[in-house]
Amino acid sequence: MREVKNSRDRGGPAQPLVIANDLTRHFPVRGGLFGKAAGAVRAVDGVTFTVEKGETLGIVGESGCGKSTTARLLVGLIGLDKGEIVLDGEKLGGDLRLKDLWDDVQMVFQDSWASLNPRLTIEETIAFGPKMRGVSKVDARRLAHDLLERVGLAPARFAGRYPHELSGGQRQRINIARALAMKPRLVILDEAVSALDKSVEAQVLNLLADLKAEFGLTYVFISHDLNVVRFVADRIMVMYLGEVVEIGPVDEVWRRRAHPYTSALFAAMPSMDPDARTEKPPLAGDPPNPIDPPSGCRFHTRCQYAEAVCGKSVPRTSVVAGIASHLAACHMLDEASGHTKAGAAPTLINEAAE
Amino acid sequence: MSASMDARIEATPGTVGLEAETTVPVRSQGYWRGVFTRLKRDPVAMVCGAILLLLFLVVIFAPYLPLADPYKGSMIARLKPVGTPGHILGTDELGRDMLARLIYGGRLTLMLGLLPVVFAFAIGTTLGILAGYIGGALNTAIMRTVDVFFAFPSILLAIAISGALGAGIVNSLVSLTIVFIPPITRVAESVTASVRSLEYVDAARISGAHPLTVVRVHVLGNVMSPIFVYATSLTSVSMILAAGLSFLGLGVKPPQPEWGLMLNTLRTAIYIDPLIAALPGMMIFATSLCLNLLSDGLRSAMNIKD
Amino acid sequence: MLTYTLRRLAYVIPVAFGVSVICFLLVHIAPGDPLTAVMPIDATAEQQAEMMAIYGFDRPLPVQYAIWLGKALMGDLGTSIATGREVSAEVSRAVGNTLILAVFASMIGFPLGILFGFIAGYFKDTLVDRAVTALSITGVSVPNYWLGIVLVVIFSVNLGWLPSVGAGPGGSTAWKWDFEHLRYIILPAVTLAVVPMGIVTRTVRALVGDLLSQDFIDALKAKGLGRFEILKHVVKNVTPTTLSVVGLQLGYLLGGSILIETVFNWPGTGFLLSNAIFQRDLPLLQGTILVLALFFVFANLIVDLVQPLVDPRIKRG
Repeated sequence: MREVKNSRDRGGPAQPLVIANDLTRHFPVRGGLFGKAAGAVRAVDGVTFTVEKGETLGIVGESGCGKSTTARLLVGLIGLDKGEIVLDGEKLGGDLRLKDLWDDVQMVFQDSWASLNPRLTIEETIAFGPKMRGVSKVDARRLAHDLLERVGLAPARFAGRYPHELSGGQRQRINIARALAMKPRLVILDEAVSALDKSVEAQVLNLLADLKAEFGLTYVFISHDLNVVRFVADRIMVMYLGEVVEIGPVDEVWRRRAHPYTSALFAAMPSMDPDARTEKPPLAGDPPNPIDPPSGCRFHTRCQYAEAVCGKSVPRTSVVAGIASHLAACHMLDEASGHTKAGAAPTLINEAAE
Repeated sequence: MSASMDARIEATPGTVGLEAETTVPVRSQGYWRGVFTRLKRDPVAMVCGAILLLLFLVVIFAPYLPLADPYKGSMIARLKPVGTPGHILGTDELGRDMLARLIYGGRLTLMLGLLPVVFAFAIGTTLGILAGYIGGALNTAIMRTVDVFFAFPSILLAIAISGALGAGIVNSLVSLTIVFIPPITRVAESVTASVRSLEYVDAARISGAHPLTVVRVHVLGNVMSPIFVYATSLTSVSMILAAGLSFLGLGVKPPQPEWGLMLNTLRTAIYIDPLIAALPGMMIFATSLCLNLLSDGLRSAMNIKD
Repeated sequence: MLTYTLRRLAYVIPVAFGVSVICFLLVHIAPGDPLTAVMPIDATAEQQAEMMAIYGFDRPLPVQYAIWLGKALMGDLGTSIATGREVSAEVSRAVGNTLILAVFASMIGFPLGILFGFIAGYFKDTLVDRAVTALSITGVSVPNYWLGIVLVVIFSVNLGWLPSVGAGPGGSTAWKWDFEHLRYIILPAVTLAVVPMGIVTRTVRALVGDLLSQDFIDALKAKGLGRFEILKHVVKNVTPTTLSVVGLQLGYLLGGSILIETVFNWPGTGFLLSNAIFQRDLPLLQGTILVLALFFVFANLIVDLVQPLVDPRIKRG
């Protein structure tokens, strides 16, 4: 664990920055004769994980798997139906109010058009948050200029501009500067580089790395791009239909993809090596409807190893290959599950990735 | 655990730091200045704007213009044709100077037509933003009430309320204001709800700002122009309705000059001097046309689609 | 589809309820106490006491509303102050004439509006388009009660082709399907049709113009589809929105007819209303407004129910 210097540190290095326990959020779907709730999109359904101080946790999964909802729950933009969020030892809703959460947790959004107010200049956008916190106009402005400088946009040229006068990469730098202006400890990056061109993406990723080191930040990095996550993350968390299917150190997961879904996701990555290309589509079809997710293991409808037990019971979370930090929820990892391949799992999954 | 975030990607040579710059002036144009620049390039809107401006100036400064007394009639000078010396636009059925009555009538008609939209804009925008931003039960309460008012065609509602309240300027203002609150609320609610879901509003919320501040800084500025353009498109309808109420005997009372009322009292003159009888209506028509064309110009200058 | 229909039907109930509340309150927003508002000025104390007993003006508002609603549901809308006749009888006699006028105006306004809009949208930014656009903006800007007068001046006073006022020869107030009555309806129907025509033209023009500039039209052209087939696609796509605009304009025809009927002395609900206003006959005003508003509610209901049949996108369940 990297040393974190922060005066606001309460629990010391061993205390995770965030403990997310059983996060659950369902969105009601209206329907029926009188507009009653006819069902619910189970966007996030019992998600548990921690974010350690100073690390970058990558969250991956197909669109609609609950990545973004998880992000919005973490930053308190939407409320929890169930579960708890503990920030550096303090529980949200208990000692920790939303306002306190926002002192420590900020977010960089994906869509660079919708994420900047078209009516405010760059400077006003960045200075808004600090001003709301009671920083004087002059100081907020100075802070905005410093941050602009820091994210690589000359204040003299950019401070007075409007978002529509900037390129996508420039706007995303503004987005980052706005989050940093709140002096957060944790920054949630929700598909923060996904909309950018590859060359610009690399520059922004480098900037993020520099800022992380400079300000002692912790990142939650959400992306559908496994290559990027592999590059930036220390640990990786794979989500499927509102649930966590696998979590572990990035190299560990890369080597031993314990969950068939992870394996399929990795196999679906475009490869630069012609010999590694496959003809067979690793993941067929679309994910099932999250309003009425499959019973048992939610992945069993698309899993090539699915057996009767997979549709019947929900798999337990098991440790993979004896490495305590690497967990996955698959019947094949659970010797007591009754799956014919139970216990054989880690060797079954291809080890030859590296 | 090694933080791989600390590693750097080798950036492509030549693009270090910043992506290619577009040449943009350092002094940026504000939103309204841009709208005005575009509006200036629209000749139809500019002409209409100029006509309306002239009309407003004339009716506002009517007491200072060399006009005949709009109330003073003459039994011997009734229904003089257009072009009569001393009465350029002729006289009405009681021998009063038409030019003076049209100008003084414009004061009331324009006031009765525009003020309700202004009031309804203020009230409807407030209700719509509240409903759209807060949502939930408040939204249901406001929007279902609006739905009920929508069940009335606008003219019917105006006549119902005016008819119950009785004739008079204030009553006519009240009823027309009530008529225009629901449509403006509906537009305000829908644009607010869509702006509220944008990420810059989320970003403002997680800065811990007071909800009212978030609305003022981040919502208001972005919902105002579509609501405003919509309200301007109502001014012509409002003026036609206001004159219509007077035409029915529900607005201004005689002998006060008002275009709708003049149109009604001059109806009997259509057999004698159709041109005189048509003059007040022409004024309503011309003003309403200019209001509509200016509103259309504003709409395209603001790049708003329906 | 069935749930959509049922939901839409269920939605009518609260709206109709709200409409009745507003109509009920009309008597109470009138200046002075409601009793005098619904009674002739020369009513005796006995008559007043009788009225008080029937309407319960001394009881709390919700009770009064319940009494009034109960009567209204039974078809009793009170008694006209001016004529002393049943309001429901007056309204039912007049509403037919209003509907006839509205039907004629629809037959003129909507087809022309759709046609003009289509032409302008199809030939967008040409001279034809500009002419049609000018015509439609004139249509929506013109105060129709004035236009009625102008048409009377031209076609009755100057040319003497058509009668200026009334619904039929010899002061006839009952509509008949004959040539004489047709002559009487032309001017009011044309006048009433102008505004809806302008609005429909503008809407259809914008829809067609937008649609033709979309990528899928280019794709259709690239596939080798002829003009006619492409037009078929356009029609399919603009029908739903056009239909809902037409539905809204139906309400305009009902409301707009008030002023037109006054101009032409057309013996419909508008004429009734304008008499009610002139004589401060509140029961008549209230009853007429209630009936017209409910007509509008049901017209919109029908449009909404027809909508899914022409719009494949709506499959709300």
